[in-house]
Amino acid sequence: MAAPAPVKVYGPPLSTAVARVLATLLEKNVQFQLLPVNMAKGEHKKPEYLKIQPFGQVPAFEDESINLFESRAISKYVCDKYANQGNKGLFGTNPLEKASIDQWLEAEGQNFNPPSSVLVFQLAFAPRMKIKQDENMIKLNEAKLAKVLDVYERRLGESRYLAGDEFTLADLSHLPNSQYLVNGTNVAELFTSRKNVERWWDEISSRESWKEVVEMQRSPSPRNA
Amino acid sequence: MAIKVHGNWFAIAPMRVFSCLNEKGLDYEFVPLDLRAESRAITRYIAQAYSDKGTPLISKDPKEMAFVFVWMEVETQRYDPPASKLTWELGIKSILGRSTDDAVVEEQEPELAKVLDVYEVRLAQSKYLGGDSISLADLHHLPTLCYLMGSRVKTVFNSRPHVSAWCAYILARPAFKKVVAMRNNQ
Repeated sequence: MAAPAPVKVYGPPLSTAVARVLATLLEKNVQFQLLPVNMAKGEHKKPEYLKIQPFGQVPAFEDESINLFESRAISKYVCDKYANQGNKGLFGTNPLEKASIDQWLEAEGQNFNPPSSVLVFQLAFAPRMKIKQDENMIKLNEAKLAKVLDVYERRLGESRYLAGDEFTLADLSHLPNSQYLVNGTNVAELFTSRKNVERWWDEISSRESWKEVVEMQRSPSPRNA
Repeated sequence: MAIKVHGNWFAIAPMRVFSCLNEKGLDYEFVPLDLRAESRAITRYIAQAYSDKGTPLISKDPKEMAFVFVWMEVETQRYDPPASKLTWELGIKSILGRSTDDAVVEEQEPELAKVLDVYEVRLAQSKYLGGDSISLADLHHLPTLCYLMGSRVKTVFNSRPHVSAWCAYILARPAFKKVVAMRNNQ
């Protein structure tokens, strides 16, 4: 009988941060177990969980007895540790490539993520959770996201992907939030009205690895890769 | 090969870059400008490209580097939001002759405290955030830390013994002291 995969991801695929890690593992062909965290019952705030994720959020991650958290850090670790398998250029193969990827990862984390995650919550999650939407927050963050996408539009006119001509972790990191926004909210237009951004979104979202993550988000029970 | 750093003296981002360059013992020229580039990506490039010069700031071992990645993210995603708002209110505004918004301080101080509770647990397990050696994960905190330790919110750091000891180690590094001296001489 085959041993279970050493890599464990804890959390629901619907979580954008969990989805980021899953996409990376799939791009790198790393076998993993996806383990549920019952957030409705507050499992993520209990002492056992806090030992592996001290901020009480998802994902938590384990590989050969080391516990990691923060989806972008986990993704970088996966790329380093499994450098020789799957998509080898995902996090660059030399310092200059890595620097360009890092720069756009910073842009994602600090410029794209704040407004887009507010919009994901307001437009995709709040209605499902029967929480009243905040119209001012939506307007404010739409305007912020528009400015960020203007920068991306210019950049993506110069290169096929954000860090250069290949798909990298910098592009991947944008997939989870964008998936919610482009499919089923009216801020899809922010992406589709920008020619280069739209081209880029179509390419990155049609990758097999991302389609698999979307499938995992749609299926009700956790699966093992 | 000439290294040039463009930036604004009082801004946090260039200080981060200088402290990294000093740790590496690299020469550079400062060109005053508004820094837009992402300082954390720059420090990572320097740490990798000059990995065999001066102080090692990253690790080639994926398992060790994993923890450096984790705590660099924690700095960016969790520590920096309250720390930079408090630095603006309590540090930079007074240099610019503007008054502090106490409501913001009252709101952000407890947020910082929550984050430092997690740091307290981590720093009881290892001397530095990424493990037993200093790394970029620690250095990235220096610019805001330096302002906050000169302000009324220093008690948030000093009341947590492991955090307090860690602050003392990293603020005392000669590479960072040089950055502070450069800034003070402008």
